[in-house]
Amino acid sequence: MSMTETNPASGFGGVQARSEAAVSQQARVSVRNLDFYYAAGLPKALKGINFDLPERQVTGMIGPSGCGKSTLLRVLNRMFSLYPGQRAEGEVLMDGHNILDPKLDVNELRSRIGMVFQKPTPFPMTIWENIAFGIRLHEKLNKADMAARIEWALTRAAIWGEVKDRLHTSAMGLSGGQQQRLCIARTIAVRPEVILLDEPTSALDPISTLKIEELIDELKRDFTIAIVTHNMQQAARCADQVAFFYLGELIEVAPAAQLFTAPKHPRTQDYITGRFG
Amino acid sequence: MEDDSGAPPPYSPLPEFSEKGPRVSATTSDQVIRRSSGATGDLVFAWLCKGAGLLVLLLLGGIILTLFLGGLPAFRHFGLHFLVSTDWNPVEGRESYGAAVAVAGTILSSLLAILLAVPLAFGIAFFLTELAPQWLRRPVGIAIELLAAVPSIIFGMWGLFVLVPFVQQKIQFAFGEELAAIPLIGFLFESSNYAGTSIFAAALVIAIMIIPFIAATMRDVFEQVPAVFKESAYGLGATRWEVVRSVVLPYTRTSVVGGIMLGLGRALGETMAVTFVIGNANRMAGSIFDATTTIASVVAMEFPESLAGSLKQSSLFALGFILFVISFIVLAISRWLLRSRLKA
Repeated sequence: MSMTETNPASGFGGVQARSEAAVSQQARVSVRNLDFYYAAGLPKALKGINFDLPERQVTGMIGPSGCGKSTLLRVLNRMFSLYPGQRAEGEVLMDGHNILDPKLDVNELRSRIGMVFQKPTPFPMTIWENIAFGIRLHEKLNKADMAARIEWALTRAAIWGEVKDRLHTSAMGLSGGQQQRLCIARTIAVRPEVILLDEPTSALDPISTLKIEELIDELKRDFTIAIVTHNMQQAARCADQVAFFYLGELIEVAPAAQLFTAPKHPRTQDYITGRFG
Repeated sequence: MEDDSGAPPPYSPLPEFSEKGPRVSATTSDQVIRRSSGATGDLVFAWLCKGAGLLVLLLLGGIILTLFLGGLPAFRHFGLHFLVSTDWNPVEGRESYGAAVAVAGTILSSLLAILLAVPLAFGIAFFLTELAPQWLRRPVGIAIELLAAVPSIIFGMWGLFVLVPFVQQKIQFAFGEELAAIPLIGFLFESSNYAGTSIFAAALVIAIMIIPFIAATMRDVFEQVPAVFKESAYGLGATRWEVVRSVVLPYTRTSVVGGIMLGLGRALGETMAVTFVIGNANRMAGSIFDATTTIASVVAMEFPESLAGSLKQSSLFALGFILFVISFIVLAISRWLLRSRLKA
């Protein structure tokens, strides 16, 4: 399996490797006893979740549909707050602050925790404006700085070469894969600390998927990344740490190599071998 | 499939339904009868629908033709001068009619109404789609639909007894001089007409009447914006206003403009309510507090007083034709703008 090549640092020694990883990596975001309700009266969508997003690592989140992995992402940047009735209990700590605190400035939080969606969502404006939009929300840059930032973001998202001659044309004219990389560029242009990717390649062709995966590997040098995916090969290729969710519970979290080769929980074993899900 | 037709089915559930009688033979004869009657019904239905569809074209063509033929003597008599003349003189021997005042009054009152209605309608739509708590959305939405159902004569009466005095006392008397003192645009508020019945009162009434249409259109198209687009903008840290301004509005631009044009179409043709409050004076309005008239008002007021076949009646027909053309242009523009629906 190729994951040994992509993630040479991952441990193989079961408990030993896992605790080593936990010690050597500082947690960027810590989730503590998190419960989530979509509406009053409905059962919990997340039950007592505890886990960390290690700094500058990729955390893959896998599990069957409806297991709560996307829900968890939407808690991390408080996207759920847009919808009245949805409620999270517990703690999500970032720099010692609980981001579930109702007094927290969610707009500032979302500039620190960016998100890329399943479907590419370019805004109906030019490529340039798509990137500048997010930057302008938080910073006042002069023209030169703005141009530099936009080039930086597009370069980091590995799309600069393809769009540099058409920055002022509509972003809707790009291919699906290009649109998704544009969305990643738009997210990193705000210079977040954490990037949440919600099945970022499920609407893309294999070549575009490969490009995004390479990009994720590149981006983790600067950003802490959480990626929800239905594709276990993708989790194995991209993630340093993988968390397996089932029916709103976190069943197992471990370094990728360990989770895929020697899962501790029988349900994880069943899922990764394709027996259900 | 072909093999099945002759061979008996290996398992038949038919005995279970045997109380309904000998099913197999009855079905066959039934089918024959039903098919033939169905075919006739189909034919009748198709022709009825075709007739209904053609009737619309016939009606529309008939109305245009009636207006045009009715107005033809006036167009012949005055030529293109009819469009620019501000005369409206029915005195025998000195008869002279022109459309300019009414056309200007129609367009100005409608545009002013749109200016007043659009921000309010946008506020309502924004509130209903983004800000209002769930339990308030339905009541407010229904109230807006009810406002659209109020007959225009009611708006006319209410306008005359409430809005006109309000415009006179609380706006013209209270702020008239201050408004007239504003540099550059002050002349818009300077008027020797203190009756309160004015183009501004008309615009207010029209605005209230078209707000429901514009607000409902805006609300509907705002709701059509896929949540994931809004979430993308929220995900970058945008506020609600920034999301609406930069994502929702660009996304729904054409439909919003189309909705405004539909409101404008209604504003142009509004008759009763406007006739109550505009003053019905054949004077070119130089200020929003001036009394003037609109095409629909002139026709409503003057038609009972015009002799069949007279030049005056022909001029009224000609005015009607012009209103038809203006409305048609507005409608055409709105259709053209609404043609490209959201591509998601």
